[in-house]
Amino acid sequence: MTAAVPGRDIARETVLTRIRDALGPDPVVPEVSRDYVTGSDLEPDAVVERFAERVDDYRATVHRTGHAELPATLAALITASGAGRVGVPVGLDYAWLTELPDDLEVVRDQPTYDTAALDTLELVVTASTVGIAETGTIVLDASPDQGRRALTLVPDHHICIITTDQIVHTVPEALPRLDPTRPLTMISGPSATSDIELDRVEGVHGPRTLHVIIVTD
Amino acid sequence: MSVAPQERGKGAPQERGKRAPQERGKVVPQGRTLLPVVVHAPRGVGHLRGDESFPDAARGALADTQLRRNLGHATATIRDKRAKVVGEVDDWEALRTAGKAIKDHTMARLPELLTQLEANVTAAGGVVHWARDATEANQIVTRLVAETGSREVVKVKSMATQEIALNEALADAGIEAFETDLAELIVQLGDDKPSHILVPAIHKNRAEIRELFARTLPGVDPELTDDPAALAGAARQHLRERFLTAKVGISGANFAVADTGTLSVVESEGNGRMCLTLPETLITVMGIEKLVPTWQDLEVFLQLLPRSSTGERMNPYTSLWTGVHEGDGPQSFHLVLLDNGRTAVLADEAGRETLNCIRCSACLNVCPVYERAGGHAYGSVYPGPIGAILSPQLTGIEDNASLPYASTLCGACYEVCPVKIDIPSILVHLRAEHVEAQRETRRVPTAEAISMAAASWTMADASRWEKAQTASRAGRLLGRRRDKDAGRIRSLPGPLAAWTAARDAPRPPAETFRQWWARDRGADT
Repeated sequence: MTAAVPGRDIARETVLTRIRDALGPDPVVPEVSRDYVTGSDLEPDAVVERFAERVDDYRATVHRTGHAELPATLAALITASGAGRVGVPVGLDYAWLTELPDDLEVVRDQPTYDTAALDTLELVVTASTVGIAETGTIVLDASPDQGRRALTLVPDHHICIITTDQIVHTVPEALPRLDPTRPLTMISGPSATSDIELDRVEGVHGPRTLHVIIVTD
Repeated sequence: MSVAPQERGKGAPQERGKRAPQERGKVVPQGRTLLPVVVHAPRGVGHLRGDESFPDAARGALADTQLRRNLGHATATIRDKRAKVVGEVDDWEALRTAGKAIKDHTMARLPELLTQLEANVTAAGGVVHWARDATEANQIVTRLVAETGSREVVKVKSMATQEIALNEALADAGIEAFETDLAELIVQLGDDKPSHILVPAIHKNRAEIRELFARTLPGVDPELTDDPAALAGAARQHLRERFLTAKVGISGANFAVADTGTLSVVESEGNGRMCLTLPETLITVMGIEKLVPTWQDLEVFLQLLPRSSTGERMNPYTSLWTGVHEGDGPQSFHLVLLDNGRTAVLADEAGRETLNCIRCSACLNVCPVYERAGGHAYGSVYPGPIGAILSPQLTGIEDNASLPYASTLCGACYEVCPVKIDIPSILVHLRAEHVEAQRETRRVPTAEAISMAAASWTMADASRWEKAQTASRAGRLLGRRRDKDAGRIRSLPGPLAAWTAARDAPRPPAETFRQWWARDRGADT
C-alpha cells in the first residue's frame, strides 16, 4: 500500500486487521440451530381473530368489514374523525373512496409535496403489506397503495386497510413475505413512550390515532 | 507503507496495547515475539470512564432516597411487564439459544460479514465509513454534517453516539444536536447524564420531569401537569417544528443485515421514524458487532428484543432501510462502522460474547446492585451488569477496575439475557484479570495478596487453623456496639479497613463449628 491511500482505506484495513488478529487464524464458526417455532398451529380464522385481539390490545381501533361495505365503513370513520383534509397514496384503490362526503378534501400524494405540505393533512388512508397476529403488527413497504414513509408519519391519524390473506400468525412467517430492498415500517399500535417511570403512554411523535380495517372477504 | 506492521508497531502513541491472551509467548521464525496489539477505546474522548470508582460513586446514590424510590418503582414495573410477555412465548428458550448462536456465528465471521455489508450498502446507494476509535468517528460525522451546510441535526437515541460523545464533538464544531427521544431530551435539557440503556432518564420521576420542562421548554404551558401523557404532549409540541425542518438526521442501529445491506432502528415514539425519514441526509453510527448475517436472522431478534426491552410483544415502530430509496426518505445515506475497543473485546476469548449484547437492558432491570446504586455510579454510558463487563473490556481493565466487582454474582442477569451472555462468569474472569494486572504492575504485594498467603498457611494445618479460629472470637468485640448493627462489623481495624470500606463483615460466632461439635457431640466420638 502506498502513502497516497486515503484515510478511509487505512482505517478500514486497520479495523479488519485487528479483527482478524483478534479471532486468530482459524476461528470456530458455530452452526445455528433453529429449533424455535417458524410456522403456525392456528386455523386461518383464529389467526385473524388473534390479529384483531392483539392490535386492539395496543390501543389501535379494529374494524371488520366486507369488500362491498368497505367504502361506507371508511366514509363513516373519516366523518367521525372530523378531518377535513385527507391524504391518500397515489396507488390507493379508487373504489374504496367512492362514498366519501362531497365536502371532504382528498389529496393524492405527489413527490413535489414537501414536509410542510404533508403537515396540512389531518388523516391518511393506506393499504398494507403484511399483518402479524402474534404481535399485533402491520407492515408497510411503501408500495403505491401505501405511499412513501413520510405520508404515514406526519399526519396525526392513520387508517390502515388490511385483507385477511395478508395476515400471518408469527414473525418468522412474515419476514419471507417482505422485500428488503423496499423501505419497511413495522407498526404495532399508535406512537407510544415508556420513558416516564416506565409507564406506557400512547401518542408522542408518530400518528396518535391508528385505525385498522380488516377486510374479511 | 504497509498498514499491518504500523498497527503492530510499539511506537504508535495512541495505542496503549497489550498482547491478545491467546497470542502470548507465540514466537515467529525471526525469533521475535509476535505482538498483535489490542487497542482499547482511547482516553480523553467519549463516555466510557467515570470520574470516580464504583463504590465511591455509589455512596452518593445510595444516600439519595428519592433516586432509590424512582429506580425501585421503575425497575419493578418493567420486570413485571417483561415476565408477562416472555411467559406467553412457548419457544423462548429456543429463541435465546438461536440468538446466541447467530451472534457467536457473526463474531467468528466478522471480517467477511462486514465487507459483505459494506458492499451491499454501497450497491444500494449508501456510503460506508470506518472509524478506528471515537475521535475518528466524531471527525467523520462532523465533516459529513459540515458538508451539508447545516448547523443543526436531529438525533434518535443511540448508545454508540453517546459512547463517543458525538454531541460534544459537534458542539465544538458549532453544530447543535437535538436529542429527540423523550428520555434523552429530559437528560439533555437537564444537562444530566443517562443512567439506563433503554430509559436514560429512569432516575427522574414525573414531578421532577414536569419541573424541568416548565423551566427549560420555551413557550411551555405554565399549567402543564405531571401526567405522563401531558409531558409526552409537551415534548411532541417542542420537537415538531424541529423534525419538519431538519436537514440532517443522526441515528444508531439496532441491527444491520449483511446479506441485504439493510439497517434497522427499533423504537416507540416515532421520533426515530422522523429522524430516519424526513431529513435529506442520514448518518448512522454503528458498532462493528451489531450485524447479523442474514435477513432470516431478524425473525429471532425481532422477537427477543422488544419483549426483553420494553416488555412489549412488539415495539410500536421498527424501521428497516437499505441504502437510499428513490423518492422516499433521505437521498444521502452514510454508515459509520465503529471499532473503539470492540476488537479488544473480541481478542479475549473468555470475554468475547459480551459483543453479543443487543442493548435490551433486561439485565439492568433485574440487578439488585443496579436497582440500588443506579446507572450513574457505573461512570460509563453502559451501566448495570452488561456495563460492568463491557466498559472495562472496551477501555482496558485499568480504567474501569472497580466495575467487575459491582455485582453480587447472583446470576439474575444471565437468566434474563436474550442472547444468553454469561455475565457472572465474565465478571469473575475480569476480576482475575484485574488481580493479574495488579500483580504485574506492583513490586510490593497488595494487602489482599498478603492476607491470602497468610490464610493459605493457616488453613494448611489443623492446629494452626484451630488457634486462628479461637483468636477470631476477639472480633466479637467489634460487632457488639449498636443493636441495629447486631451481627455485623461495619468497620475493621488497620489494613482490614479496606474490606469493610464497601461492605459489612459478619460478627464472628461465639464458638466455632469445631468447638460446638466437640462440646455437643464430643462424648459420642
